[in-house]
Amino acid sequence: MNTHMKAHLLSTTDLDREAALQILDTAEELARVSDMPIKKMPTLRGRTVVNLFFEDSTRTRISFEAAAKRLSADVINFSAKGSSVSKGESLKDTALTLAAMGADAVVIRHSMSGAPHRLAHADWMDAHVINAGDGTHEHPTQALLDAFTLRQHLGDHITASAEGSTGLDGLHVAIVGDVLHSRVARSNVHLLNTLGAKVTVVAPPTLMPLHTDNWPCEGSYSLDEVLPNVDAVMMLRVQHERMDGGFFPSAREYSQRYGLTVQRAATMPDHAIVMHPGPMNRGLEIESRVADSPRSVIVDQVRNGVSVRMAVLYLLLGGSESALGDGAA
Amino acid sequence: MSAIVLKNVRPLGGANVDVLIDNGVIAAIGEDLPVDQAHIVDGKGAVLLPGFVDLHTHLREPGREDAETVETGTAAAARGGFTAVFAMANSTPVADSAAVVEQVWRLGREIGLCDVHPVGAVSVGLRGEQLAELGTMADSAARVRVFSDDGHCVSDALLMRRALEYVKAFDGVIAQHAQEPALTAGADMNEGEVSSQLGLRGWPRVAEESIIARDIMLAEYVDSRLHLCHVSTAGSVELVRQAKARGVKVTAEVTPHHLSLTDELARTYDPAFKVNPPLRTSADVEAVRAGLADGTLDVVGTDHAPHADQDKDCEWGCASFGMLGLQTALSVVVDAMVSTGALDWAGVADRMSIRPAQIGQLTDQGRPIEVGEPANLVLVDPAATWVVDPEELGSKSHNSPFAGHTLPAQVVLTLLRGKMTYSLQEKVAR
Repeated sequence: MNTHMKAHLLSTTDLDREAALQILDTAEELARVSDMPIKKMPTLRGRTVVNLFFEDSTRTRISFEAAAKRLSADVINFSAKGSSVSKGESLKDTALTLAAMGADAVVIRHSMSGAPHRLAHADWMDAHVINAGDGTHEHPTQALLDAFTLRQHLGDHITASAEGSTGLDGLHVAIVGDVLHSRVARSNVHLLNTLGAKVTVVAPPTLMPLHTDNWPCEGSYSLDEVLPNVDAVMMLRVQHERMDGGFFPSAREYSQRYGLTVQRAATMPDHAIVMHPGPMNRGLEIESRVADSPRSVIVDQVRNGVSVRMAVLYLLLGGSESALGDGAA
Repeated sequence: MSAIVLKNVRPLGGANVDVLIDNGVIAAIGEDLPVDQAHIVDGKGAVLLPGFVDLHTHLREPGREDAETVETGTAAAARGGFTAVFAMANSTPVADSAAVVEQVWRLGREIGLCDVHPVGAVSVGLRGEQLAELGTMADSAARVRVFSDDGHCVSDALLMRRALEYVKAFDGVIAQHAQEPALTAGADMNEGEVSSQLGLRGWPRVAEESIIARDIMLAEYVDSRLHLCHVSTAGSVELVRQAKARGVKVTAEVTPHHLSLTDELARTYDPAFKVNPPLRTSADVEAVRAGLADGTLDVVGTDHAPHADQDKDCEWGCASFGMLGLQTALSVVVDAMVSTGALDWAGVADRMSIRPAQIGQLTDQGRPIEVGEPANLVLVDPAATWVVDPEELGSKSHNSPFAGHTLPAQVVLTLLRGKMTYSLQEKVAR
């Protein structure tokens, strides 16, 4: 199988429709491994995957770790806390160190937008780079797992496409909340559009990015107007520092105008699903009962994260054989 | 000092002549001047201009001698055709006292590659709270006339008013770095389409324009001289144009990089393109070019800002703001303005030598190319092209945004009071 991916996964704009579908299809194939009694395949034996986390994100890190381990890769967790990074080592020297240790892929989470791009292109090392969230830029594997989850749950509402592999054609997805600072929103806007979905971003004007004429989505300040017409709503986490930053008057007012309450959720079509990249602020952007309702696919998103990350690692690092080995597929 | 004859040179791009330089001044201009006992330079039709004057240079000494020194910075200046530079005050310690400005001024004199005129800080420690001893710096051996907190905006309106008023006593000028701090906290690049996509904190144009509008009103109100550093937006150009039309004593500068580069380059996340004010859009580039062409923007100032490798070889967010500029300035101006027909050579001389010398109150720089005038001159080969290799520049640092670019026009020779401070052919930089 030839991979349609580029050498690195830095942004969902790196993925054309063919590459995105290949990841989703491969993830579907690999998801079956999770159902087997022994959840492990030899595919990446002898390969080294480094989880380089400059920001705390236990969820994303263990998801990547599980994915790499199920493919039999050696995993090194390199977290900024308790390493030389906190003593002021530069990203460059960290990269040189990882290269010397023979890293084949580096999964990086960083508070600064573009840090993965620098790691991939600054001539510091040769390993494949996977962006696990950079600043307020992108979080491509989150968008991929969201797309996977949308496809899984809304198959009946997707328009069939000619190429045999199903995209997200015909779906309408609303992304709601702090779009300005959200890497999840940026990655999803591009990926969902690439896969044929219509996207509407919903935010108060102070949290809506300016100059988005070239974004393949629509924008609205009113959640109430958008909800009756969506197949899925993706609620974004409100970071605590935004509440103090004057972007909106109070948590209470935010919740009243942009929170997904039980009452609001009832205005959505019956089949529409509720998503959240986690971790949730229950009672702020999403009412607790909505998060736990049958519409909610939030736990499925987490589960799918492992399959999607396995697919990305496999397609970047794997050989030409089938993901499940001879005959298994 | 032996005499020099420049043969076959074209003053301001005019007709071919020979120019005899003796005793630091232009001794004769004519055809087929006698060359006995003179050092002969065959200009082969190169353009002769008054030596360039940069109102905006960071020499980093004292304090960051790992990034640049007065010696390496003035070597870069000489190689870029400059015969005078104004060294900004944001050194460590800050140039907010007679002691520091005199130190910088003396270093420049001793090295002798280019005149160094220190800019004095407007406020103590660049903190924007209390006026520095502007008068003492003006009266010092360095004779400071240009004052700036560059790197920081004098954002307090009252302090700005007082500074504008105070320097009238010695005909000084306040050079403002226009940046409303509250609107630019944590800002990394131009706020626009690209920043939205890249997830980098935006530096909105209105943060520059609101300060420029305010300072124009203040300068008009107290009838004082205001100079605006590194104007970067179309709106700023328009504000200056309107102010000049009603007679406000305002002058403005544009950098070579704002004449030529846009925020699209941030897509590389390469900190070589991180600068303050940030690179703007192509519409802004068009506007600053038009402003420089019609004289709304008076001068090209390089904002030469050397940084040590480790301060650029890192994440965008960690990197320092700034770019090298002295050695590429002429070529970039030729590329942006002369090749496009927006300026002729006399125009280049005006914006890069004559007007900056006037704003900085230099009497021996930016002079006409006439007999009896000081021989502060630069010879430019307009037909040559060169490739920018940061390792080959005179600066101690390597952070050129033009690395790898092929640029038009090359400095062939720089003369400071008749002394060769740079010769391409002879590879001397002193």
